[in-house]
Amino acid sequence: MAEGPIRRAARRLPLEWLGILPFAVFAVLFLILPTLRIVTGAFQDASGTFTLQNLIDLNTPSIRNAYWTSIRLSLITAALGCAVGFAMSAAVVFGGLPRGLRSPLLTFSGVASNFAGVPLAFAFIATLGPAGLITVWLRTEFGINLRAMGFNLLSFWGLVVTYLFFQIPLMILIITPALDGLKREWREAAEVLGATRAQYWRMVALPILFPSLLGTFALLFANAFGAVATAFALTGPQLNIVPIKLFAQIRGDVLGNPNLGFALAFGMIVITVIANTLYIWLRVRSERWLK
Amino acid sequence: MTRIIAWGVFLLGCLYFLLPLVGMTEFSLRMRRGEYSFDAYRVVFGDPRFWDTFSYSLILSGATILVGVFLVVPTAYWVRLKLPQARPFVEFVTLLPLVIPAIVIVFGYIRLYNTSSFLPLTGSALGTDILLTMGYTTLALPYMYRSVDTGLRTIDVATLTEAAQSLGAGWITILGRIILPNVMIAVLSGAFLTLAIVMGEFTMAALLNRPAFGPYMQLIGANRAYEPPALAVIAFALTWGCMGLMQLVARLAKHERAKA
Repeated sequence: MAEGPIRRAARRLPLEWLGILPFAVFAVLFLILPTLRIVTGAFQDASGTFTLQNLIDLNTPSIRNAYWTSIRLSLITAALGCAVGFAMSAAVVFGGLPRGLRSPLLTFSGVASNFAGVPLAFAFIATLGPAGLITVWLRTEFGINLRAMGFNLLSFWGLVVTYLFFQIPLMILIITPALDGLKREWREAAEVLGATRAQYWRMVALPILFPSLLGTFALLFANAFGAVATAFALTGPQLNIVPIKLFAQIRGDVLGNPNLGFALAFGMIVITVIANTLYIWLRVRSERWLK
Repeated sequence: MTRIIAWGVFLLGCLYFLLPLVGMTEFSLRMRRGEYSFDAYRVVFGDPRFWDTFSYSLILSGATILVGVFLVVPTAYWVRLKLPQARPFVEFVTLLPLVIPAIVIVFGYIRLYNTSSFLPLTGSALGTDILLTMGYTTLALPYMYRSVDTGLRTIDVATLTEAAQSLGAGWITILGRIILPNVMIAVLSGAFLTLAIVMGEFTMAALLNRPAFGPYMQLIGANRAYEPPALAVIAFALTWGCMGLMQLVARLAKHERAKA
């Protein structure tokens, strides 16, 4: 007797949504709330009242410099990663190399893009560090002293060379299927209409590839921007980039103000969100253009 | 002409990728003066902390994979079957870990789940382990979800569910005995990737102060000369093993399908 109204009420409630409740709870507890805690913390002082002082305090030479170095590092490694990865992928897909090279390249890229962090730093120290294989070989065989020429693995450019080891493979993994998707007919049609190779690339292939190129660039940017382990194992806490600074701040409040740490992390979120929004916006535009 | 350029690009790229691997291998063999030896590996394998941290990370990978599977398979299944309108929300959440850096997420954990909070997870070792497992699950979420969702696309979820229901199966039976075996390949490939991610992870474990393999490698790197490249070789072999298993599973799946 009592069942009737309850069942009717239950039917009105969207019960299907209960099915993703565990996922929603997980997402709220371990992704959304922690992020919100950082965002709100950035706008609070020690007693919890609203303030913009933390964000204003970010404007010191040291923190500005850290952000600038991080952004430059991420832009350069993303750009070089895209360019080199594209070239290698294109060489295998269109360059007339044996088909047998393709699958090993993709397998290796899968491994290399996951071989990041601490061990990657060790590999580069053993190769390009002061006593590394290449450093010693160049010095003894050719009398070339890398250090005297201004190259130092534990510096900005050393970090760029190291980051490329996971950036390039990631690009290869994503762009190879996209290059495969370029139909032979498009190239033939362009050729029949008298297009040169450069024209085909500039006016047909690149516009089609544009969304995936852009998406990969944004992904590589975020990948480099948030990376801590490689840089930390390579240079220790002294290199002035944002993730390292934040790492030191979380461990020991080196900035002397816990809420400034929130602001530092908030700045990282803002930058990665801007990068991704820019990507989505450009992607929507380019897809409209493709239609 | 194109072919020469292509070969040049390809070989230069290979050189860039091979040299660090050769470098670390060569360096790891140089511990004994004047000759190559496996001394560095002997030292590494003789260090009890290596085995402690390695097995700790291995256990945590197992936990992460379990949590990931229990979280992702039912959700992806449900979204496909009953809630296509929830897809944008779920996909957005699964992509968040690629947008928000891991260090920011773990910073949020430390502030949100400290000893004076509503859920004081960082107050005990077990609580911190749970928190770290959840952190790893978020890191693996983008890969796990996409892998399982792609797996579900290849099977007819609605028909399978109706067939099972008409034979009297409940939701748990459907998920455990119909859906899961059908997307096992996708789950396994997500699991191996998770294993590779968790075994080398440094930031979250270091900031939560747990004795994982990543922080151990960093500690050795800061204090020793020949052991770090040996560890790098081991880590590389581990990553290679995970990816190899992933490919093997995918190939076996193709075989099965060809037979069927």
